[in-house]
Amino acid sequence: MTMPAAKGPLRSRTLMKWLFITPALLYMLLFFGYPLIRNVVMSFQDYSFATYFTGESPFNGLENWRLVFANELFTASLWHTLLFTLGSLAGQFSIGMALAVFFSRRFPLSGLMRSLLLLPWLIPMVVAGTVWRRILDQESGVLNESLQALHLTSSAVPWLSSPDYALLSVVLVNIWIGIPFNMVILYGGLQEIPSELGEAAVLDGAGPFRTFFSVTLPMLRPVVTVVLVLGFMSTVKILDLVLALTNGGPAHSTETLGTLTYQLSFLQLDFGQGAVVGNVLIVISMVFAAIYLRANRGGVAR
Amino acid sequence: MSAIPQSAAPGSRDPAGPTGRGTTPNSASRPRRPRMTRRARRDAASAVFGVLILAVLLFPLYWMVNTALQPGTGMADLSWFPRTFDPGNFQRAWESQAGNLLTSILVALGAVAVCLTVATPAAYALARFRLRGADTVVFATLITQMIPGIVVANALYNAYVELELVNSYLGLILADASLGIPFTIILLRAFMVSIPEEVLEAGRIDGGGQLRVLVSIVLPMSRNALITGGLFTFLFAWSDFLFALTLNTTDAVKPVTLGIYEYIGAHVGDWGAVMAVAVLSSIPAAILLIVAQKYVAAGISGGSIK
Repeated sequence: MTMPAAKGPLRSRTLMKWLFITPALLYMLLFFGYPLIRNVVMSFQDYSFATYFTGESPFNGLENWRLVFANELFTASLWHTLLFTLGSLAGQFSIGMALAVFFSRRFPLSGLMRSLLLLPWLIPMVVAGTVWRRILDQESGVLNESLQALHLTSSAVPWLSSPDYALLSVVLVNIWIGIPFNMVILYGGLQEIPSELGEAAVLDGAGPFRTFFSVTLPMLRPVVTVVLVLGFMSTVKILDLVLALTNGGPAHSTETLGTLTYQLSFLQLDFGQGAVVGNVLIVISMVFAAIYLRANRGGVAR
Repeated sequence: MSAIPQSAAPGSRDPAGPTGRGTTPNSASRPRRPRMTRRARRDAASAVFGVLILAVLLFPLYWMVNTALQPGTGMADLSWFPRTFDPGNFQRAWESQAGNLLTSILVALGAVAVCLTVATPAAYALARFRLRGADTVVFATLITQMIPGIVVANALYNAYVELELVNSYLGLILADASLGIPFTIILLRAFMVSIPEEVLEAGRIDGGGQLRVLVSIVLPMSRNALITGGLFTFLFAWSDFLFALTLNTTDAVKPVTLGIYEYIGAHVGDWGAVMAVAVLSSIPAAILLIVAQKYVAAGISGGSIK
């Protein structure tokens, strides 16, 4: 041990201090550390229906990995996940930013309005998905009814029932869910920027757009990074919303890495292949975790 | 909304009462002005625009309530406003989901209890003790928030089978608490760092051990942070669908999120009742916004950035 030769009482006091952390540490080891390791191990094991009765899952080398990477559904899910994540982030962020700037004007009742806008983000995702499933219904959903009444479309749009539209619809709903989170954090960031800076830019003759892009946005960069990376982490693993809206269909057109893991592990009981997809998901997340921690380094030390 | 004409009045710019002369009656003594000032006109325009944004973004939730309040099965003949209140949908929803709602409440409360018990001492130690390796623990806490839930569920299910925790309240409570623990540790630690050292020193001089100082000084001071952590953990657990779906194979422990998911599968025609269930399961979020507005905003920004 590299610890200095501590005297008895000092060492016991250090031990006592660690006791405060021990429950949390144990908890995180059991509920985050253990699953991480177990998933890696499971990805080399053969799970099947039989495992359910015998409890046996023999090691089978790289078989799971080979099967998953040869599976067209995996490639499709990876692609859907990418499109879904990029589309969602672009929409959530730009609309969230626009609203954050708008609410920074602080007009009467703006505080109340900001709070109410949080509702879509606060209700359970499955509930949001259920509500939208009703709204987007091809035959009797209010969206198609309105679009047709306004003569914006000639026929009912198959929002969730056609493979051509389903992924787009899921992205739109997820944008709706994510706007409040982006708005609140970006709004908080905007409040930290001293208003004199913007005023100085205006005195220098900069218009509102110029001021936003060359003064506000650069100052907001750390907050922007945090929002985007946190958004990425919660979007890339999407599962609840897709299950509630489309169950991954139609024709697997909204299958993501998250839903594929669920399908493989819990519906086909092939936990080995499910673990492979899960591991891919972790690798993707970890890359962005690295970016997040780099951006957030100052915050941790504080 | 009735807010618009009000906000157009020149004097009502500060919605936060205590500024200025709080004793003068609000509108009676205000001098009448012939025209609105520029600022007031801008405010009015902003408020109108804000209401429009709200109307668009909250429409789905309005539609949820509207569908739930109208009789019938909510097919094409749904009108834009509920003309009469029909409790039928809520009755059917309650009959099928009352037990699940109770399960959700029990599980969420259990998760809050576990989370605060585990997270509070850790946050205090990480904030105030000089410990070798404390930074590593904080670092690890941040990283855990990035592990996808389905990966946890994948491994946890198999461990739960071995430990016989599948289909148990304890199993689901422990899993749901993990949704709130990293968040709460980071939130509480950020707050506890700011408690002045002299206050804690005074407690120690009085002869209290670290645990005494935590319980009798730090906890009361951290009340708001504790409430925020608890509220969010409740909401995380209440909203949980993934663990409920994967760690249960029977109907023994079924929270309302799982209930509504199965309900849309089984009762596709009865949208009125489905929307009534949706309304019922949105109640905690709505209550949270009404009673704890400031904690919610604090939680979202505090837990994610610091």
